Amino acid sequence: MEFNIEFSKENYPNTPKQIEELARIALNTRQDIIKSLFLAKSGHSGGPLGISDVMSVLFFAGIMKYDSQNPNWKERDRFVLSCGHYAPVLYTVLARAGYFPTEELLTLRKLGSRLQGHPGLDSELPGIETSSGSLGQGISIAVGMAMSDKLLEKNDRTVFCLTGDGEIQEGSCWEAAMSAGNFKLDNLCWIVDNNNCQIDGRVEDVMSIYPLGDKFQTFKFEVIEIDGHNFNDIIAAFNQFKQNQKNRSGKPTVIICKTKMGRGVSFMEDNYQWHGNPPNEKEAIQALSELI
Amino acid sequence: MQEYKLIGNKPTRHGFGEGLVALGERNENIVVLGGDITGSVMTSYFAERFPERFFSIGIAEQNATTIAAGLALSGKIPFFSSYSAFAAFRNTDQLRISVCYNNINVKIGGGHSGITVGPDGATHQSLEELSLLRTLPNMTLISPCDYNEAKKATLAVGESFGPAYIRFGRSAVPSFTLPESTFEIGKADIYHEGTDVAIVACGLLTWEAILAAQELKKRRGINARVINCHTIKPIDIHTITSAAKDCGAIVTAEEHQVHGGLGGAVAEVVVKNYPVPMEFVGVKDTFGTSGEPDELIKYFGLTWKEIYSSALIAIERRDKGISSVRYPKEIAPIAEELK
Repeated sequence: MEFNIEFSKENYPNTPKQIEELARIALNTRQDIIKSLFLAKSGHSGGPLGISDVMSVLFFAGIMKYDSQNPNWKERDRFVLSCGHYAPVLYTVLARAGYFPTEELLTLRKLGSRLQGHPGLDSELPGIETSSGSLGQGISIAVGMAMSDKLLEKNDRTVFCLTGDGEIQEGSCWEAAMSAGNFKLDNLCWIVDNNNCQIDGRVEDVMSIYPLGDKFQTFKFEVIEIDGHNFNDIIAAFNQFKQNQKNRSGKPTVIICKTKMGRGVSFMEDNYQWHGNPPNEKEAIQALSELI
Repeated sequence: MQEYKLIGNKPTRHGFGEGLVALGERNENIVVLGGDITGSVMTSYFAERFPERFFSIGIAEQNATTIAAGLALSGKIPFFSSYSAFAAFRNTDQLRISVCYNNINVKIGGGHSGITVGPDGATHQSLEELSLLRTLPNMTLISPCDYNEAKKATLAVGESFGPAYIRFGRSAVPSFTLPESTFEIGKADIYHEGTDVAIVACGLLTWEAILAAQELKKRRGINARVINCHTIKPIDIHTITSAAKDCGAIVTAEEHQVHGGLGGAVAEVVVKNYPVPMEFVGVKDTFGTSGEPDELIKYFGLTWKEIYSSALIAIERRDKGISSVRYPKEIAPIAEELK
């Protein structure tokens, strides 16, 4: 059969939405991810699909403050993608937020594209706050940004940062955690995608990070653990973080999102083999038929 | 060009510490991150003067480097300083991705560099960071020769855009440049004019190069051109190429491994533009060891005498068309002369 890949031009407004609308956006996000990865012929499927629900809420439910027509707006909240291999989901939400044309999703990982395999600041893609790809660095960058906002500029901006769960095996993550607690960065929201998968297998089999919530607690974090596919949970978690920031709780927030890698595509779901692979044509057709 | 005279002894790290305070007074975006040894690398001066713009990160060089990146991405100009043994190696990945690939305004002060950190021994004697960091795109790399130059280099990197690393030492070293001496990033300075041989040096070995040139003139009537190549990256291609053309023989001198640092950088320029015989003074592919700084300088052959000998060898190779490396055996007669 003929397989035509097209990306609609639809942009989503960043406003409070009904659950059904968020679910539709998350589904479209997953479609975009499958299409762009199929075209790229390489890249990471599992993580981006698994975090699509959380990313859809963050960018399109009025949680994060940004202006896609003015990417360097001085009052914007910042989103730092620490796990750079999740680039496909970031590119998708940025395109749908209006930072750049959705057609550009066709160019993922191609020579000359602004959509680098892992985000690169030098590509000058609007909406990208930093390069990332070597794990465990983005969270320290987010700490530095949050320090600038809270301790130097003394403004009320927010820094969101997404890491994987295997990623926090990197020791530097805990240096970052220590400093976030030390500097009382209640303007920092650390999102952990706890899909319990990494390239070599289950996280606890490769190197256990558990108990996770307790660890963050001892590092002086406000810990919120949620089902990362439950939109009510996700919205409530972000609202709780914002309340903490508003109340000047003096504690950074971590939202540990229990997710399923590859969510929404039956043969990818909770299967760590899909960490770093793109779908081939047959698989992409199958995946898209499930994502409706 | 002017004659340089010894005007005192002072550690380069003091120039760094004082330069930071001067920068802080000029620009409120200057921020300093401490790595626990602030009293050693003299960031304590800044911390005392501007406590609200100083942050103690503790013993966590990876985090400090990357927090600096976050601050730079927020419009600040952060300086992080620790010993070079940690501030260039522990955080190399962070320097590569978060600082250099991002191409942002993060400045690193690498203190206690080189063999002259002394009794602490090999673990603390960083001798490789110039080679290591020179390969990172966008990085500016400076090894000042004395106190005044260290201060000027600090001000210069604070007032220019991009990733930069400045290398300092612990011990008091000869001061000979003046507050009014010129300093421009990427522009090597000629300290002693001559066309018989060129000595390209940086850091502590710049003074030794001046001494070597004086001795070459006095003992042999040889006019050596001494070039203070304080900026290892971007290297001053013009000054080095001119030296190769005018002199036909070059010696490099650095308190660093001979592989890949200043010597490597100069060799790349010479080989590409105007190949001439070169000799390299530096630590020869070995780790350091405990000892007093002045003992170690001699032990590892980093004095004017080695520069002097190397200059004679380079000249001989040029004049006789000898391409093979001749030392250490053939160096004996020269060593005898220098006794």
